[in-house]
Amino acid sequence: METDTAHPTTGPPDHHHSEITLRVNGKPHTLTVDHRSVLLDVLREDLDLTGAKKGCDHGQCGACTVLVDGRRANSCLLPAVALDGGDITTVEGLGGDGEELHPLQRAFLDRDAFQCGYCTPGQICSAIGALAEAAAGHPSHVTDPGAPAGPPVALDRAEIRERLSGNLCRCGAYPNIVEAVEDVIP
Amino acid sequence: MKPFGYVRAGSVEEAADAYASHPGARYLGGGTNLVDLMKLGVEQPATLVDVSRLPLDSVEELPAGALRIGATVRNSDLAAHPLVRDRYPVLSQALLAGASGQLRNIATTGGNLLQRTRCPYFQDTSKPCNKREPGSGCGARDGVHRDHAVLGHSPHCIATHPSDMAVALAALDAQVELYGADGERSVPAAEFHRLPGDHPECDTEIRPGEIITGVVLPATAAGLPSRYRKARDRASYAFALASVAAVLRVDDGVVQHVGVAFGALAHRPWRARRAEEALLGAAPTAAAFERAVDLELAAAQPLSDNAYKVGLARDLALDVLTRLAPPTTST
Repeated sequence: METDTAHPTTGPPDHHHSEITLRVNGKPHTLTVDHRSVLLDVLREDLDLTGAKKGCDHGQCGACTVLVDGRRANSCLLPAVALDGGDITTVEGLGGDGEELHPLQRAFLDRDAFQCGYCTPGQICSAIGALAEAAAGHPSHVTDPGAPAGPPVALDRAEIRERLSGNLCRCGAYPNIVEAVEDVIP
Repeated sequence: MKPFGYVRAGSVEEAADAYASHPGARYLGGGTNLVDLMKLGVEQPATLVDVSRLPLDSVEELPAGALRIGATVRNSDLAAHPLVRDRYPVLSQALLAGASGQLRNIATTGGNLLQRTRCPYFQDTSKPCNKREPGSGCGARDGVHRDHAVLGHSPHCIATHPSDMAVALAALDAQVELYGADGERSVPAAEFHRLPGDHPECDTEIRPGEIITGVVLPATAAGLPSRYRKARDRASYAFALASVAAVLRVDDGVVQHVGVAFGALAHRPWRARRAEEALLGAAPTAAAFERAVDLELAAAQPLSDNAYKVGLARDLALDVLTRLAPPTTST
């Protein structure tokens, strides 16, 4: 298996650095990281994966959302050192090889679900995570509390809006984002 | 952010030992609040002791019908757990009313309890704050305090505790389990957080180096009607302006069990003991609910810009209690 070794700028492990291995978009990377580096920094600065965006850098906007071990998370709040061994998927890893797009990426294009596009990678990764959570039967704030635990939760517009509330879009493309997500509901 | 060391603990004992042997250490759970505070310069740990992989990530039934939640169970998994949804719906609802889907996937049960106030003066190192820097003063009291406490505040601090989950745990009579140098102990969730008094820098009853290992939900509250309601500035993904968690059992036309706690009104989840005393043994009528809630909120001491919270909390509590009461007796 092909493995990237330490980034030349990160130096050897010491009291404030550690060597970690991350699997990113299917490819393993061994890196020496400063303990202060969050996953977002490592993706953007060390691995040149600039799809995940730094918006607020405080977990308030969702622009940095990626999938960690299959679950959506704010990469700006995750110390990379604590993710050693983790499996990361970014927006760059959603499609197939080459130019193939994930169905949700295609739906965002078809529905014109963005204007400036800055929040889009986070919106898409978050929506993919949200679809998996609903399929696993996870309730949301707007799910009927009396609904039985277990079966998948059907996603109407209120559910989509609530489940994507952690992703802000300052252009206000929300209506089209909801439509794009509706298009790919199984 | 200042450089720091990192230790990954494999067991609770190892974590406590690492904390004790690394001055200036902090435990790292999900990190959603701690890492944010480190970026702001509010927290400057010399070492992070990573407890996120401790084997405390399960929800298990205890022999007597209670439920034990491990400290590293993620907020999203706890909210979705079938036994929690079935037996303690108020807890699932409170969790789902907080943060975002992404944050709930990261945040842990223990970390949720230990999160710090979102008071903007606490989070801004250029401002005075007795919680961040004892003795420096309180910027909020004569500043922007629309979101701040109306109950139990002190001249030194008017911050509120931001957790939704903790409000449900207080109403449910949950117990917080701790491990430290003196061994294991357990503290009622309703008493785990402190009022600010003269020491607003202490949020909780936890002792230095102690670690939360779990939370136990009692069998006595299992399966009882319970509910959470939260008011906030936007429909989702915002901290509470006021919230209420309630558990209510009515038999033979009278209240047999009641637990009510308010969120975002005080430095800790505010267990409404006076309201509960007034309701126990009473018929669950609208008049009884009003009298009880008013009795509780009579202690409120709002500041110049947050008096709205008292009426808001009253409305939320009356709505929740009315919905929990059996239909035939709720009028």
